[in-house]
Amino acid sequence: MMPEERTPTGLRARLMDGARQTFTLAWRTLLQLRRNPWEMADFSIQPILFLVLFLFVFGGAIAGSTADYLEFILPGVIVMNLVFVTVYVGHGLNTDLTRGVFDRFRALPIARWSPLAGRILADMVKQAWCIVLLLVIGALLGFRPSESLVWLPVLIALLLVFALAMSWVMVLVGVLAKDPEHVQLFGFTALFPVTFISSVFVPVETMPPLLQVVVPLNPVSLLAEASRGLLSGGPVLEPALGALAWAGVITLVFAPLSVWALNRRLAQS
Amino acid sequence: MEDAISAEGLVKHFGATKALNGVDLNVRRGTVLGLLGPNGAGKTTVVRILATLIGPDAGTASVEGFDVQRDPHAVRQHLGLTGQYASVDEKLTGRENLVLIGRLLALPRRTARNRADELLADFDLRDAAHRPVQTYSGGMRRRLDLAASLVGHPSVLFLDEPTTGLDPRARMDLWNLVRRLVAQGTTVLLTTQYLDEADALADELVVIDQGQVIARGTSEELKSRIGAQTLELHANSEADLPALVELGGDVAGRAPEVDGLRVMVPLTDSALLTTVVRGLDEAGISVRELMLRRPSLDDVFLSLTGRRVEPESDVTTEPES
Repeated sequence: MMPEERTPTGLRARLMDGARQTFTLAWRTLLQLRRNPWEMADFSIQPILFLVLFLFVFGGAIAGSTADYLEFILPGVIVMNLVFVTVYVGHGLNTDLTRGVFDRFRALPIARWSPLAGRILADMVKQAWCIVLLLVIGALLGFRPSESLVWLPVLIALLLVFALAMSWVMVLVGVLAKDPEHVQLFGFTALFPVTFISSVFVPVETMPPLLQVVVPLNPVSLLAEASRGLLSGGPVLEPALGALAWAGVITLVFAPLSVWALNRRLAQS
Repeated sequence: MEDAISAEGLVKHFGATKALNGVDLNVRRGTVLGLLGPNGAGKTTVVRILATLIGPDAGTASVEGFDVQRDPHAVRQHLGLTGQYASVDEKLTGRENLVLIGRLLALPRRTARNRADELLADFDLRDAAHRPVQTYSGGMRRRLDLAASLVGHPSVLFLDEPTTGLDPRARMDLWNLVRRLVAQGTTVLLTTQYLDEADALADELVVIDQGQVIARGTSEELKSRIGAQTLELHANSEADLPALVELGGDVAGRAPEVDGLRVMVPLTDSALLTTVVRGLDEAGISVRELMLRRPSLDDVFLSLTGRRVEPESDVTTEPES
């Protein structure tokens, strides 16, 4: 957006400054939650409701017992919620853009990338919170991972890498949308089919032939399957690599596109 | 280096629209420049270029000697920006907003908090310090916006329509705050579509219209361009208007402006008033009201562009006392 600025400090010092500003801006986004308990409730209570409802309403029909279904659905709900929570990146970014907060930051002598990085970092904290919350609720409902807990950090890291990639998609939505409400509308409209045409809630084997081809390729399915493997045993490497490949492709496509669109929007107001 | 802000030949397009078409301006250190013009004249575009938010398509600009394109980081270290677009976070409290900006400016935590409290006290926001900004009134919001742009003690302040939509009392409060900053040596570029605001605060004025400077000078200089005084004749009925216009034209030497039933006659000499009164008497016309006044900037704009300034919102303006 701007030609490279010349400051007396070196690259390393500037990176350190930028990182510090990113943390400050992430802190600001998390501080908003304290003032708005509803948003906090939104992404904390909603996944718990999903988990409990699916478990007790469908559990018997799908898996024969709620205990068996819990093993299947918990990783699924974690992944589903992860995808939905990325909408907050777009929503928050769009709010900052339309309300002028973004311009206030851009007029300050801070790193050009820190407002966006701060937003995404804050989102990663929200994501980590949701994952841990759902694992705890799952444990309370009787979920016991059969695999070693050593894999837990690996699971969380894998999920966050994918969430980071998805954040770039939502940055683009946040830049293109007219107002925050449109981000939510567009975000959920696009994400619902992606999340539900997956193996999050039911095994692929029960689906019609066409879906049996499509669903296993869905990154959401791959991520859910890898998560199940890391918690309860089963294939891990193949679905995990598949999910990471998706994350790579999504990032490669959407990160440059989003930054380009953002700079374009900023230059035209 | 006398000028804290200078711009030369600024050109900016937005798609097919030419927002700026060669704007020059200079603001001497420690003074207030009023950038005046109707909605869409290009005022905000000038500010956004000077504040390094967008780059010009042509032309150069510098703030405190730093080029806005080659050295934007240095420019940002000297400027404060308050506008309808450079806003604060509505979900945070007033104090949190100020601390946030202090932290971004690399102030240590304690210093950032002290600076926030200092500004909250200065701007009469102490009682609201711990309330989310979304609960603030319009006037409080603007005061916080201004405070937020002052956290880093900027030497140059851009105020983009700082009082649009405020009630008269809140406007006066904000004007006084701006005056105090100027007294402390801050250079201010003020954009406004309120003529009385420019008159009240600015040392010098630049009038822009459709992306071009159409006049510059002090308020007095601009006013003297269209005569020392304006005689306003308020006709009793439309039937009297042609005769009043003719009479006014004879006295002023050019066709007077007509606004509804009012005829505005620019007078170079107040002695001409008697000529008008005699003329009215001879023609046997009585008028509802006859008023001699100093020309307003509205008159200046009208005589420069042939159009009136139309403020977007209907806010009562308080006469300068």
